[in-house]
Amino acid sequence: MDYSQFGAMLPELIILGIFLLVFLADTFSADNGRKSFLTPFTTLLFLLGTVAIWIVPSCGDAVFGGMYVDNAASKAMKCILNVGVFICMLQANKWVESEVMAFRKGEFYELILVTLFGMYLMISARHFLLFIIGLESASLPIAALVAYNKHKYESHEAAIKYILTAVFSSGILLTGLSFVYAFSGGSLYFSDIAAQITEGSMSGLLLCALAFVLAGIGFKLSLVPFHLWTGDVYQGAPTAITAYLSVVSKGAAAFAFFIIFVQVFGQVYSAAWEWMLYAVIIATITIGNLFAMRQKNMKRFMAFSSVSQAGYIMLGAMAADQLGLASMMFYIFVYVVSNLGAFAVISSIEDRTGLVSMDDYRGLHKTNPYLAVAMTLAMFSLAGIPPFAGFFSKILIFTSVTGSNSMALYMLVLIALINTIISLYYYLLVVKAMWISPEEPKIAAFKSGKCEKVALTLCVLGIVFMGLVSYVYQYCVDSVGQSFFLALN
Amino acid sequence: MGITLPILILTLPLFMFLLLGIGGVKMSRKVAGVLGILGMGTTMTLAYIVAFKYFFSGDPAFIIDGVRQQFQVFDVTWLAFTEKLVVNLGFLLDPISAMMLVVITTISFMVHLYSWGYMEHEGGFQRYYAFLSLFSFSMLGLVVATNIFQMYIFWELVGVSSFLLIGFFYRLPSAVSASKKAFIVTRFADLGFLLGILTLSYFTDTFNFVSMTSNPMNVLAETGGATFLGASVLTWAMVLIFTGGMGKSAMLPLHIWLPDAMEGPTPVSALIHAATMVVAGVYLVARMFPVYCVVEASMTFITVVGAITAFYAAVVACTQVDIKRVLAFSTISQIAFMMVSLGVARDYLMPGVHYSGLGYMAGMFHLFTHAMFKALLFLGAGALIHAVHSNDYTKMGGLRKYMPITHWTFLIGCLAIAGIPPFSGFFSKDEMLAAMFANSWVWGAWMTMVAGLTAFYMFRLYYLIFWWEENPEYEHHKPHDAPWQMSLPLIILAAVSCVAGFIPFGELVTWNGEPYHIHLEAPVAATSIIVAVAAIALATVMYRKKNPLPTKFKNALPGLWKAAHHRFYWDEIYLFITRNIIFGIICQAIAWFDRHVIDATMDAFAKVTQKVSFSIRGFQSGNVQTYVLWYFFGALALAAITWICLL
Repeated sequence: MDYSQFGAMLPELIILGIFLLVFLADTFSADNGRKSFLTPFTTLLFLLGTVAIWIVPSCGDAVFGGMYVDNAASKAMKCILNVGVFICMLQANKWVESEVMAFRKGEFYELILVTLFGMYLMISARHFLLFIIGLESASLPIAALVAYNKHKYESHEAAIKYILTAVFSSGILLTGLSFVYAFSGGSLYFSDIAAQITEGSMSGLLLCALAFVLAGIGFKLSLVPFHLWTGDVYQGAPTAITAYLSVVSKGAAAFAFFIIFVQVFGQVYSAAWEWMLYAVIIATITIGNLFAMRQKNMKRFMAFSSVSQAGYIMLGAMAADQLGLASMMFYIFVYVVSNLGAFAVISSIEDRTGLVSMDDYRGLHKTNPYLAVAMTLAMFSLAGIPPFAGFFSKILIFTSVTGSNSMALYMLVLIALINTIISLYYYLLVVKAMWISPEEPKIAAFKSGKCEKVALTLCVLGIVFMGLVSYVYQYCVDSVGQSFFLALN
Repeated sequence: MGITLPILILTLPLFMFLLLGIGGVKMSRKVAGVLGILGMGTTMTLAYIVAFKYFFSGDPAFIIDGVRQQFQVFDVTWLAFTEKLVVNLGFLLDPISAMMLVVITTISFMVHLYSWGYMEHEGGFQRYYAFLSLFSFSMLGLVVATNIFQMYIFWELVGVSSFLLIGFFYRLPSAVSASKKAFIVTRFADLGFLLGILTLSYFTDTFNFVSMTSNPMNVLAETGGATFLGASVLTWAMVLIFTGGMGKSAMLPLHIWLPDAMEGPTPVSALIHAATMVVAGVYLVARMFPVYCVVEASMTFITVVGAITAFYAAVVACTQVDIKRVLAFSTISQIAFMMVSLGVARDYLMPGVHYSGLGYMAGMFHLFTHAMFKALLFLGAGALIHAVHSNDYTKMGGLRKYMPITHWTFLIGCLAIAGIPPFSGFFSKDEMLAAMFANSWVWGAWMTMVAGLTAFYMFRLYYLIFWWEENPEYEHHKPHDAPWQMSLPLIILAAVSCVAGFIPFGELVTWNGEPYHIHLEAPVAATSIIVAVAAIALATVMYRKKNPLPTKFKNALPGLWKAAHHRFYWDEIYLFITRNIIFGIICQAIAWFDRHVIDATMDAFAKVTQKVSFSIRGFQSGNVQTYVLWYFFGALALAAITWICLL
């Protein structure tokens, strides 16, 4: 065996290396349960790792007989996920250093890193076996993370719901893949399957297989109707984990979704899964919005908001071309900073006061003006109000869908636009509570920690500048153009 | 040329805006003021270096065989909507943009320095400097735009900063309504601008200035023979684009915002409403000049609008009491002068004729000299207001003894604008008049008359302020010259106004980059000097000492005087149209429709959405078995539905 092939897996190796270092540090350091060096150590190490992944050029080759591919597009995706993880780590800082987390903070970082490793594999896999390994190692540790608040009933409930649904979804996915295996004549390589499944091979069974694969990955993305776990799990999980689930896990699944559906099932796009996805997107955006409207608990609110956002992300897959992937990457990047900006505010308020209801946010601008401004910007960006990043990401993803000039796709964009207006209603409810409601503020003024400030600043800078600075989008387009469709088959 | 300097010229003021805007609260006045002045001073130095390199380095990128080139320092894609619809951001260097870099940064620096003294006792000092930086950034971005869309973006940004600065004293209701008025009127005009841009780019498939102006016949060909309401599409596009310029440059009938804009701090009036932003319209026409040239009708339109505005504003300026309003109307009149000068310049129409494009050069020359002496006059007015705490000349009089520096510099400004040699205004005005006479004696004679009026009202103002009769209130409160921060800019600008006329402008700025050797047209120059001297003499007789002559004149023509004093009732006409016709009749009907049809429909949508949202809440039961069931049947249903659809 040619061991130099491992050189191509540099991003994975870096994450693995960080994991091992953190593991060793956690095991052998004299942790007295109070302040420790583990948190800054991990965060800095991770930052360095991210920079290294970003700087080292990808080899662009398929290795291990074509099971694994590392190219500019996958590198860009991994970097986007890393930014999300880094911000998550920063804003979890306060919670990690708290009393309840004593003696357990190492596990938190280790589990996060392991899931990230799994997500990397999901993105780079070109063989379903490797993909499943990635998917599972990105799924199961999350259940442990969700149950992290040992002394809270909701945390346990959420973990049970998550693991049951995750197992079920894996079952469905594997069933679907076994059908696919039957079609491909005994290969699980993406390229082999793509060569076998053409429009001529359409049948009820293939449709079933496609629907099952869509359902399996749709679980991680919380597409309707596979989203029912989302509300309960987001609400019950510790806020840091909710933030992680809502952006990083979702982003990775969206990338994997695009790669699998366009690369493996690209031949039967217009024949089959275009309409499947069409229906799912409409249902996801609409139902997510309708539920988000009624939520008072901020975490549950963000859960349904993220369901609806997943529908918008999937518009990129609907376009199913180079521009679609690029605008999807950009959308996810913007979504990472906007959503994490909102979660940074929610978690710092929850850590200090334990309040998570929207009503508690009334008059927030009087006591904590910076948090109120950051939250407002995040809400504006999520709702897509210009000139914030969310506006640009929405416009770009809409344009990518309408590129093919089909009436049905124009209708889809129209429905998405109407839903944007509905979403404006509930996003502005939060803004209204913070700025306009006349009640006396419930939340006293407090000082945020340094790490939280850094995380929030990063998010705000991203929200304000990412849309205006075209470099980010151009980077996505270039990375996709350079590699993706060359290495596709 | 590297891109470092040009980038710095743009980013430095932006950075100062952010720094002073965000961090200003925590700074003392002194720190904020010094930072603002230093920032602008550096920008000015950089702009000088760039302009100097452009004009004098002889670099083949800038000049080939004595012909100055248009050079895009950089031009990067900003937003690519489709393959054709691409918006770029860049930095274009050509004679006029290099000249404007000098003008903007010089005046802006003078105003920064001057404001340190003028605004010393006002609240929001740091905010004021932040806004000044924002304005400088936007104006610089406007002049170096490589494409019309970038220009439009910065065009709106200068509009915003003008709005912010006019309404700077936001506790004064008059300042607030003036800022609103300025914003609404110019915004209304910009609608035309945008429509023009869209029409033009629809046919040409490009926003880029260089590609449009280097081959204007091509633009004409691309629009084909399409016509609309009797005029060609290109004419419509160019006239619509000019509408934007009419708004910003306060041409009739969109001039009504500029006199009210004088509610802003006086240094702001000097910077924005005299020297830089208001000439954006002239700059726009100059930028698109070759394209305008191929559309005769649009040039005639520009000339006529300019000629009427110039005369109208000059007449009104003769009857105003507020010294800043006199200067405001004078600005309108002078900008209209430049417009006429551009409008009479023809090249494609008169190939080979010696005067081709002279009007362009003269208009730009006057833009330059006017910026200097009008800023000087405004800053002088600021010093007067600072000393007597009033805008009315009735509260002044006899001030020459108390404020010698202000007096002498103001006099130089008046001589320059009146067109007395050797001050700068004489040279540029002479070239403009020569260009007008070359086109038609009608325009020449008409504008010579306006020039005479200009000399008259400026000296009327000068005598009423500095001679006439001393205000008895000086006994209690003796006026005195302003502190050095304010006097120094006055002296510098006065010096510039004395010598700027001798700049060989024709060698530097011409419409096609080829040098043009300026020489005085003796008959034109003689006529204009005679007219100016006569007008000044008349003003001297009437206003030097207190006498009943002005009152007699006023009573002799009561109707005319009253109408001119009320600016020929333009504001009243607008008010009547908006309040009685638009608000009173049209809006009532729209309001009813809005309330009973649109609102009701929207309410119904909202109610339905709420109802649906309420009725499906059972879906989210919290029961994990149900979740899984939905999950499974959902996946099956998806397959089934697609199956049915495909059958």
